Amino acid sequence: MALSQTEVLAGLAEIVNEETGIAVDAVTPDKSFIDDLDIDSISIMTITVNCEDKFGVKIGDEDVKDLKTVGDFVNFIVSAS
Amino acid sequence: MSKKIVVTGIGATTPLGGDVRTTWERLLAGESGISTIEKDWIAQYEVPVTFAGQAAVASADVLTPQEVKRLDPSSQFALISAREAWADAGSPEVAPERLAVEFSTGIGGVWTLLDAFDTLKERGPRRVLPMTVPMLMPNGPAAAVGMDIAARGGVRTAVSACASSTEAIANAYNRLQTGEVDIVVAGGCEAAIHALPISAFAAMHALSKRNDEPVRASRPYDTNRDGFVMGEGGATLVLETEEHALARGAKIYAELAGGAVTSDAYHITAPDPEGSGAARAVLATLKQAGATIEDVKHINAHATSTPVGDIAEYNALKRVFGDLLPGIAVTATKSSTGHLLGGAGAIEAIFTVLALHEGVIPPTINLDDQDPEIPLDVVVSPREFKGENLLAISNSFGFGGHNAVVAFRKY
Repeated sequence: MALSQTEVLAGLAEIVNEETGIAVDAVTPDKSFIDDLDIDSISIMTITVNCEDKFGVKIGDEDVKDLKTVGDFVNFIVSAS
Repeated sequence: MSKKIVVTGIGATTPLGGDVRTTWERLLAGESGISTIEKDWIAQYEVPVTFAGQAAVASADVLTPQEVKRLDPSSQFALISAREAWADAGSPEVAPERLAVEFSTGIGGVWTLLDAFDTLKERGPRRVLPMTVPMLMPNGPAAAVGMDIAARGGVRTAVSACASSTEAIANAYNRLQTGEVDIVVAGGCEAAIHALPISAFAAMHALSKRNDEPVRASRPYDTNRDGFVMGEGGATLVLETEEHALARGAKIYAELAGGAVTSDAYHITAPDPEGSGAARAVLATLKQAGATIEDVKHINAHATSTPVGDIAEYNALKRVFGDLLPGIAVTATKSSTGHLLGGAGAIEAIFTVLALHEGVIPPTINLDDQDPEIPLDVVVSPREFKGENLLAISNSFGFGGHNAVVAFRKY
């Protein structure tokens, strides 16, 4: 069953918060992980794997390269679910 | 002409306390930081030794959750102690290129490595954390400290088992003498209270097996000593040229008068029973300090409480000091802290500095029946240590035949 955008955004924000300490409400769809949230590539990999576990999807390394913003991540997970 | 190097900041997290002050007060009170390990893995693996000197304050109570997540426990101890030392030194304003770090560990990120292997076996390679390598590398603690204080004058890690952080201090002394940097943050850490290192040390019969009496287990120089007790923690000293310290009006604890390293090339674990390598390290340190054997009034000994090691160190000291040895006040603080391995030299250097600065030598506990083969003047209750030009040394020796000695002078 497909997950909703809202559900995925909330879950992703929690994962980002746990990994980086960034406040949950700062994790909004328009934000770039690297440029706006200052999250490094190592943390992005950890966040990716935690998203796979949480949402039951597979996010390939090639896919991650194209997911620049929080919104990109959410959309990818929603369509993969 | 050599520069005068001084100690301007100290920090520590140890089995006795989460900072220097608590650690020192409990040490002077003759307390023990050794206790039974209350963890599931003790029973799970039937670990033969069930006690250790565990950090008195959990790192998670001090650091942010993200720092805890991204740093091996050894680096966590390093960072906590370095922040205390740096603040104690007055958070000096120094050009980043003139600030260096010498920070050691004996074993490195062993918790990270073994946890990652468990993850690999149970959940596969994709679940191995991408931070695993920077967390397990032995230079991880030094790098964490260097990033925290923006040290760009070089960040190095001496690894020489239990001699590591004394070697780090000796390296810092030499680095400061070159004039390339003004301040070196030096120290060491260890976080190896894990089933595997305990089992491995126990397999070589290096550990005390006094499971029913943890606080009595670490007993250097006692006839009934049966091995060392693992400890964990971190300790840091801020070392600085006197010129730089005076220019910024820093508080000065003591002078770091010298530091030297030698090697036995004798056996991978056993100390050279003749103690010639250790003796050379002491003499080389005194030469740097512009001192003679008559000047040494106090020794913080390596004294791990192993049957062989304590005697080997005595033989080395006898070789250096001869008839003067009975007149030197010796203490073995591992009796209270346990053996912090790569962090041992740094915490014992701090104890030596404080003995000079506060005018009191901390005691050796659990010495009920002194080994007649080691007739040292062992300090068993806090002893006044006052006078002019007092010189004290701190010794550390490590598997691999590493000998490291540093000397501090009252300032």
